[in-house]
Amino acid sequence: MMEEAVATYRDEASELLTELETSLLELEETPDDSDLINRVFRAMHTIKGSGAMFGFDEIASFTHEVETVFDMVRNGRMTVTKRLLDLTLKSRDHISYLLNIPEGEEVDRSDGDAIIAGLRQLVPQVELPQKGSPDVSAINLPKVSEEELANESTWRIRFRPVTNILMCGTNPISLINELRDLGTAHVVAQLDDVPELDKLVAENCYIYWDVILTTTRGEDAIKDVFIFVEDDCELKIELIDKSGLIDKEQGYKKLGDILVERGDLSPIEMQKVLMLQKRFGELLIEQGIVSPEKVQSALLEQQHVKSVRKERSETPPTESAASIRVPAERLDQLINLVGEMVTVQAHLTQVSLAGGDPTFISISEEVERLTNELRDTALNIRMLPIGSTFSKFKRLVRDLSSELGKEIEMETFGAETELDKTVIEKLNDPLVHIIRNSIDHGIEMPAVRTAAGKSSRGTVYLGAEHSGDSVLVTIRDDGAGLDRDRIRAKAVERGLLSASAEVSDKEIYSQIFAPGFSTADKVTSVSGRGVGMDVVKRGIDGLRGSIEVESTRGTGTTITLKIPLTLAIIDSLLVKIGKDHFVLPLASVEECVELTKEDVANSHGRNLANVRGVIIPYIPLRQQFDINDNPPEIEQIVIANIHGSKVGFVVDHVVGEHQTVIKSLGKMYHDVKGVSGATILGDGTVALILDMGVLLQTVEQSEKEIL
Amino acid sequence: MAKLIMSADDSASVRQMVAFTLKQNGYDVVEAVDGRDALNKLNTQKVDMLLTDLNMPNMDGIGLIKGVRAGSLNKFIPIVMLTTESNDTKKAEGKAAGATGWIVKPFKPEQLIAVVKKVLG
Repeated sequence: MMEEAVATYRDEASELLTELETSLLELEETPDDSDLINRVFRAMHTIKGSGAMFGFDEIASFTHEVETVFDMVRNGRMTVTKRLLDLTLKSRDHISYLLNIPEGEEVDRSDGDAIIAGLRQLVPQVELPQKGSPDVSAINLPKVSEEELANESTWRIRFRPVTNILMCGTNPISLINELRDLGTAHVVAQLDDVPELDKLVAENCYIYWDVILTTTRGEDAIKDVFIFVEDDCELKIELIDKSGLIDKEQGYKKLGDILVERGDLSPIEMQKVLMLQKRFGELLIEQGIVSPEKVQSALLEQQHVKSVRKERSETPPTESAASIRVPAERLDQLINLVGEMVTVQAHLTQVSLAGGDPTFISISEEVERLTNELRDTALNIRMLPIGSTFSKFKRLVRDLSSELGKEIEMETFGAETELDKTVIEKLNDPLVHIIRNSIDHGIEMPAVRTAAGKSSRGTVYLGAEHSGDSVLVTIRDDGAGLDRDRIRAKAVERGLLSASAEVSDKEIYSQIFAPGFSTADKVTSVSGRGVGMDVVKRGIDGLRGSIEVESTRGTGTTITLKIPLTLAIIDSLLVKIGKDHFVLPLASVEECVELTKEDVANSHGRNLANVRGVIIPYIPLRQQFDINDNPPEIEQIVIANIHGSKVGFVVDHVVGEHQTVIKSLGKMYHDVKGVSGATILGDGTVALILDMGVLLQTVEQSEKEIL
Repeated sequence: MAKLIMSADDSASVRQMVAFTLKQNGYDVVEAVDGRDALNKLNTQKVDMLLTDLNMPNMDGIGLIKGVRAGSLNKFIPIVMLTTESNDTKKAEGKAAGATGWIVKPFKPEQLIAVVKKVLG
């Protein structure tokens, strides 16, 4: 992709250079034309700016010099002369040369240096710009050093944005949330500047915030949060506690001291009030000296620091995060209960909305929020790093390679990637099969490798990384790669493919997952019997995951497994056919479009829909499930992406997004195809969860049989 | 729903790179070739954010920012300016016109994403 952008840049720069030449020649006729001067400047500016983006540093730095001179012309500090135009035209030629220089060739700087020297002579000496500091981008990506981690500090931050902050598109709440991401934060909104309702301008922000933040990141990280608004707000950041401090006492400053320190109260006022000897905060409010919010904010600081210090003194610094061992079934039970809770909550929401009582609705919304948090937390508890499985495979690789007389090394990456406990367990078998295959069929004998110019030692790479709501597990070897023609021949022989069919590499490689498929000449103790890869497919399907194979003959094979993070609760789309509800996993749903009777008539019995010019095949689920009542006038097609191709599923109505707690159907229904489970809806009815991949397969197969 | 971001830049290569980076990170992108084009599109289409170059023909970035802030449909969206100058006058001018933040060219894809995430909240 970057290469494409680089190519575009080359074209664009060439165009700009042509434009530049024309403008310069015109400028010779009318040297005062400010439009032309601007055009020259802008062309230079774009060549420079984009050049730096795509690695043309030489062009960027050279053009910068020329641009600087034209900036002066633009600002009237220099005039257009014949000499200037000569040099600029030469610059144009030089940029053109730099642009088309073949990769790897030495750059000839002599022309460029001469031009720059000439241009500098034209510039009045006082005007010579300082060699500018290198451009730095506004945001530095966060880095946490070990040293920082050890140093936890507590900061007091007062953030008072200008009232028209919202007019700049800045959302102060998101800044506060960024602060929360830095550590433990307590936030108090100060409302004393909010005017009476009749004077309130809805577009203004009258609130300001006090934040007490305990973080391991330094002051710079806090300042970075406010980088775009530092001139549009009053920002006070003060250090109030540090882990390095020796804690003589666990307590913290008195309320009055804090208020005095902040400047919210004068020492004399404090003394006066202290004389009365009642509860200090109450008194302050009673007397109207300090607003309730300010007192609350100060109290919060007191509490926050107290608890931070207490925690510090209680946990010895050597011990890492405390953990408790809990039996796995208790966790499963917890997830089950949370699942039930999500179901009940859906019911509650439904009933509350039907009732229309605002108090009831707000309670039910609160319950919804809590349930969601509870669900996320509970699911999180079951997450384990995948690394424990990785170490098992190291052993497997070692043992197998010595048995086969191969030299193989294993590399792992992303061992800390977390996945649901059950998912990790179910991932074990497929991974064993894939790795065995790599070792047996993928990686060649040392002698063969050396002959092919590779190192005698082969590598199997096993990696895991997060990608959205999935985890990608990659198994890569630097072996012989898959034999495309042989797999094809074998697939044709077995009737899996027709000999004349035009198929992509991906489709051919996917044949290795067919049951009983093997191209091996000899059966070894490790693999070759053709059992194995179909086990992988089934295992990954069972996890609602997908497999992708890439291979280059001679250099190796990469198999990527895409696994959803959790199995218990998924986001899905609730649809209706007749009186029945069905659930489609949202992860593969792309969009919903209408299907009218007219569309159906126009397609002449072929189940194809034209969606913005793209022909998409669809499966009418009503027929598929033998639901016999009449369809509505306008049906809906849910378009899903299944293994890279778009397929539509026709339903009566799309109800909306739904949090689906997956219940298995039990052994009785184990062989039902196209249904992966069921869920209980808010009103207590059951909806089946459709397995769109399998449904598609079933339909494809029955079509083939008809043909 | 993926958030929709408008990228206004007269340089096709920069637009291409920005669009690619954003789409790869799950955003939808609508492109404009200069300030005038961007403002016309923004008068009829609601977007979640605007990324704009400052130096553009027909209408420059500052003019565009002022235009958006004066309109009604996208009045309150975050606007991030792409600028080659790290000099403060240009930045201040943009801020005064109503820009939310800025990125200094050249930037890396991850810097772009960090800024986009920051201003989109």
